[in-house]
Formats: sequence, structure tokens, C-alpha cells
Amino acid sequence: MTPEMSPVAEAHPGRPPMDLLRFATAGSVDDGKSTLIGRLLLDSKSIFEDQLEAVEATSHSRGYDYTDLALLTDGLRSEREQGITIDVAYRYFATPTRKFIIADTPGHIQYTRNMVTGASTADLGLVLVDARQGLTEQSRRHAVLLSLLRVPHLVLAINKMDLVDWSEEIYERIHDEFRQFATKLSIPDLVVIPISALKGDNVVTRSENTPWYHGPTLMHHLEHVHVASDRDLVDARFPVQYVVRPKSDEYHDYRGYAGQVAGGVLKPGDEVVVLPSGMTSTIEAIDLFDQEIDEAFPPMSVTVRLADDVDVSRGDMIARVRNAPKPSQDIDAMVCWMTNEPLRPRQKLAIKHTTRMGRTLVKDIQYRLDVNTLHRDQETKALGLNEIGRVQLRTTVPLLCDPYSKNRTTGSFILIDEGTGVTVGAGMINSGA
Amino acid sequence: MTAPPTHADYQLSQLDQLEAESIHIFREAAAEFEKPALMFSGGKDSIVMLRLAEKAFFPAKIPFPLVQIDTGLDFPEVLQTRDNWVSRLGARLIVASIDEAIRKGVVVDDGKTSRNRMQTATLLNCVEEEGFTAMFGGGRRDEEKARAKERVYSHRDDFGQWDPKNQRPELWSLYNGKLHGGEHMRIFPLSNWTELDIWHYLRQEGVELPSIYFAHARRVFKRDGMWMSESPQNPCREGEEVVERKVRYRTVGDLTLTGAVESDADTLDKIIDEIAIARVTERGATRGDDRFSEAAMEDRKKEGYF
Ligand SMILES: Nc1nc2c(ncn2[C@@H]2O[C@H](COP(=O)(O)OP(=O)(O)O)[C@@H](O)[C@H]2O)c(=O)[nH]1
Repeated sequence: MTPEMSPVAEAHPGRPPMDLLRFATAGSVDDGKSTLIGRLLLDSKSIFEDQLEAVEATSHSRGYDYTDLALLTDGLRSEREQGITIDVAYRYFATPTRKFIIADTPGHIQYTRNMVTGASTADLGLVLVDARQGLTEQSRRHAVLLSLLRVPHLVLAINKMDLVDWSEEIYERIHDEFRQFATKLSIPDLVVIPISALKGDNVVTRSENTPWYHGPTLMHHLEHVHVASDRDLVDARFPVQYVVRPKSDEYHDYRGYAGQVAGGVLKPGDEVVVLPSGMTSTIEAIDLFDQEIDEAFPPMSVTVRLADDVDVSRGDMIARVRNAPKPSQDIDAMVCWMTNEPLRPRQKLAIKHTTRMGRTLVKDIQYRLDVNTLHRDQETKALGLNEIGRVQLRTTVPLLCDPYSKNRTTGSFILIDEGTGVTVGAGMINSGA
Repeated sequence: MTAPPTHADYQLSQLDQLEAESIHIFREAAAEFEKPALMFSGGKDSIVMLRLAEKAFFPAKIPFPLVQIDTGLDFPEVLQTRDNWVSRLGARLIVASIDEAIRKGVVVDDGKTSRNRMQTATLLNCVEEEGFTAMFGGGRRDEEKARAKERVYSHRDDFGQWDPKNQRPELWSLYNGKLHGGEHMRIFPLSNWTELDIWHYLRQEGVELPSIYFAHARRVFKRDGMWMSESPQNPCREGEEVVERKVRYRTVGDLTLTGAVESDADTLDKIIDEIAIARVTERGATRGDDRFSEAAMEDRKKEGYF
């Protein structure tokens, strides 16, 4: 089973890959996550000779009898010295069909914070378990977090199958147990793959050791999983980022609203409302650099011009007249807390939602969610580091938001400590107030 | 009623997705920071940065100046391309010279430090003098292991230092631009681009690049396994012999430290083919200053270099 035989051996042709997939990896320490990522990079020919040679040399000098692929993804020196990974790292590889961005989240103390960060932009979550141990409390937590962050696709990779004699029974048992647990979560798409990251089985190349397995290899699934339909193309949402005013002779009267489409499809001629003011107008034109285009959809960055001289500034949102979010200062959200000093009622924070900055008061902490058991603890009136809870906020400015379950862009926000400027919380807005 | 849109009709290619993300970052930072500036090195990454900034604010001009550190050892072809871009965009260019910084005593030339390293001090001094609060840089996370954990908004303390253990979490596309007195931000709009993405994009856009990226005949000599350009700033040492070779540069920088590779790739198509089968990283191949140690980059980042 050599990588040469693999379907991705022809990676990096002159043509760029057409598509992009962002995925987040999760696993407990020693489940083989670094080895798996190293394997994906190596077998997709994303590793250069000098990098591989360095890793081979290090493996040799440490007396290993195989090349430790985990060394390929080693991060910063201090971590290398401590032999641990402490922060989200991003890796890249490509096959002829897709480019991949991996958010590699480490598996220990700072876990929730890192995983929430990595999952926030992911289309797919990859959870690794050790076949010998089966599902652990940590694997369940990974699945809960991916579901909370509304990562639409999940892969459970059962690793180290070589150490359990490629047992179908073990695969089925872990599969069933997970499927049962997942019914309590929102996981629209689940695939369970038996692999050996170390030996490469079912990673890129189909394994001869698992004749009972008829699903895709991991790489095949990553290349073909359908993510385009995960976007909301119905509810037009355009948060205004920047007002373009050239003030030049040639473009004397030009006034455009630049931003990235967060939902729906915008077209010239659409009747729109500007929030929070509620003023209405019509889209006169949509500019993509020096071209006028017929349609704009997520995640395009465009500049919208309106037919009327309405007052629009950064932080406003352009939406359809009959399909607009209701401006609200009372926010009900799941918040992941990311700093040592706990979150408490009455606390004041800065909040950033789309392109809008404001301040907020914590009115109430309704419950703390135990991410291992899904138990709602209503006694606790504070959220500590790496804890998640349901929180009521009152903001100084109205937010133009949707439920996170409908739109991950207009449904999310960050909380910032006004004293230190540090990002201390991440919020996902619930439906209904 | 028209039929509801289908998802197949509304697909962006991965390059267009990267472009859209980078433009979002440029606009976000231009809106949030009082005094941003763009670090322009003359290399392919900063050419892509200029292109993205041009698109982000069009038809307005780029609403911040470009800053270039003049090492005194830059390739003339690179400076020519820089000037062409600046005049086409009508952008403001600030050149901070290492020699001037040495004369003013801001930077100490102890004879041991490479000029590339002295860029750090010159840059930080320029940031301070001009009062810039945010600097756009062309760094990519795929360049170096040490960069894999870099944020898009990378926060620096008042000494311009980067603390890898104390980075702000970065979620969704919600960048946190809050600054404390004295602090500033490095902003990396190309974080998610790979080297190959850069080349594919340059081909798609058809914009001007320094000519030294393309294969050309040049008088060179071998030093530390790399082909160095013959030039008055970089005289041959004993035993080094000047020959003519067809070469091109994979990175541009200080000409005493940047090596060329033998190549016939004189078009973007050929360069992309060459890179697609390249087996050595761009830094590994041709950047003398990064070869001193595996963690050299990390050290320089901690010091405040990009
Ligand atoms: N036998 C076997 N060992 C594996 C496999 N995957 C990883 N390992 C080993 O498990 C140990 C931990 O792997 P590593 O990738 O560092 O785990 P991480 O902590 O999840 O990143 C290393 O000794 C690996 O060589 C596998 O599929 N089979």
C-alpha cells in the first residue's frame, strides 16, 4: 500500500483545485491525531523533501524504528520542548479536486476554547478515537462541541485498527454507541471510518484488512462531501463593513457599501431595507472590483450601491424588505467562556457582532451546560474558563441577528474584555428571545 | 415567483473564496484601525496583497500607505516593479532605510547581525515614528511550522513582540481589533493562502511581478549550496567562481542572502508546473537567513519581525 498508488498522487496540477473544505480535528492525547494529519499531508504530497528529511532524521536520532509523522505538524519551539500542543494550528493541503484547511485543535486543558475556535469556521469535524479504548468522555465532548457550533458534517475515525486485529465487531460496537449518543445532538451527517493512521489504511488508500467495510476512505470522503448546500441562500444578509467614497473627479458621486454577503442572494433591482434605521431603497448595482455583477451570494466580498441617498454606515445591515432580522437589544445565547476570570451576572463587556461593535451587560446566566453529560446545571451563576452556558445579554446597540442555527455569520458574536482588549467569550444566538 | 436558487449555481472557486476572505480582512482592518499601513516587500506575496487591497477599496484609492524597508541590498528589478505599482495605484509609499536607521543610531550594526534581521528594528522604529496602529503583512501560515498558529489579527505588545502563548482566540470571521495604548496589530490577510494559491492567483490576475521571478540568464556563483547573484554589494570570496546560468528566484529579499535556483521557467505556467513538482520548501531552498536554525523564524517573530 504505497502512496504512489493512491488517487491523489497527481496532486498539484497546473490547474488550481476548484473547491475548498475547512475541517477541524479533535482527539484526546495519543489517539493519533498528529500522525493522521501527517499522513494526510504526506500522502497528498504536501510535504517537501527537506521537511520529511528533517522528520526522518529526528525519528532516527530518537531511536524510533519508523518515521514519526506526528513530527511534521509540530508547532512552536516551547511546545516542542514540552512535547505538547497548546493552541489551534492551521494546516493546508490540496488534491486536484479540493483545497483543505485543517484547524488542528489539541486535546487537553484549554480544550473547549480551542475546539470552539477551530470548529467556528469548519464545514466538517473529524473526531478520532483509539479503537482499543472506544468512545471516551472526551470523544463525546468533541461531538457535543461540534454539534453546538453547528458543524454540519462529522467523521468519526476509529484509529489504531491494526492494534485490534481489524475487528469488525469493535468497529460496529463503537459505531452503534456513537450513533446512539448522537441522536441527542444536531449532527446532520455522520460517517464512521476504521483507519490506521500509522499504516495508512483507509486514510487515502482502501485497506485490504477491512473487507467488511464498504464506506469511503477518509480522503475520498473529504474530497467529495457536499458542503455547498450548507449555506443559507434564501435570507439575504449584507453587513456593511466599509463605505467606499472615492472623492475623485472620475467617481465624484460614487458611494458604495462594501461587505461580505452573509446570506441569501442579492441582485440589482432588489428592494432592500437598511437596518437598524429601517429606511428602504433599491439595489442600483453590485460591484465586484471593476465589474458590475448580476448576483452576489455568500461568501462574496462586493460593494453594493443603492438607488436612494439613504444614510448607511459601517455596522448597518442591508436585507430584503420582507425578510429582515428584527433589531434586538435582548440577546439569548449559548456562550463559551475563554478566560480565567469567570463570567458573572452584571458584568459589562464589549461585543462584536458582524461588523457592529457595542457594549453589553450580562443580565443572567440561566444554566451551565455539562458538555460531557448534556446536563443543565441551573445552580451555577458563573461560567468558568472552558465552560459553556446559556446567557441573557442586554446590548447598548441593537444587534441585527439571526439564530445561529440559521446563519453562522449573523448568529455569532464575540465578547471582549474592555480593560484588556482580550477576546473572552464566543456566543451563538438562540432562536426566540 | 422564480424558482428558488439551487446551490450548484452559487459556487465560488477556492481562489475566489480566498480572495473574498482577504478582501473582508482588508476592509475590516481599514475600518477599525486609526492608522494602518501595508508592509511592502516587493515579493510575490506583497504583490498579491496590493492587488487585494486595490480590489477591496475600488474605485477609491487604497486608504493607507505602503511601507517598505530599504535594506540597501534590494534587487533593482524589485524596486522597479514597486514603483510601477505605486504609480499605477496612486498609492503613498514610505521608504524606511536601514542605513539611515544606523546613522540615526536606532539600529546597531555590530557586524554580526544580518541585514534582514536589522529590518526588524528599522521597521519597528518606522511604526513608532509614523504612529501606525496596524501593519498588514504578507505572511502565510503554510510558510513555516512556527506560523501555523499565527492569527489573522496578530497582537503585538508595546515592544512589537509576539507572545505565542498569549494570543487572542479568533472565531468565525470576527476579528478583534481592540488595542491598548502602545500596542499594535499585525494583520495577515493571506493567512489561508498557500504558495501555490499565490501563483495561481497571480496567473489569474495577470499583474506585474518583479522580473527576477522568471528564468533569465544571470552571472552567479555558488555559496553554501545556493546560487548567489554577482553584484558589487556581494563580492565573491576566495574560491568562488562566477558563471552564467539560467536561473530564477523563488523569494526576493536581501540579495546577499537570497539564492537563485536553476530553472527554465520563464512564464507563470512553467513556474506553476515547477512548483507543483518541487520537493523543497521555498525557504529551505533559498533563504540563507532562515537556515541558521529551525526556530529562526519563531525567534524573529518574537522580536517583532513578521
Ligand atoms: N499502531 C498504531 N499506532 C498509532 C496509530 N496512529 C498513531 N499511533 C501511535 O500512537 C502514538 C500517538 O500518536 P500521535 O499522533 O502523537 O497522537 P496525538 O497525541 O493524538 O497527536 C504514537 O506513538 C503513534 O505512532 C495507528 O494507527 N496504529
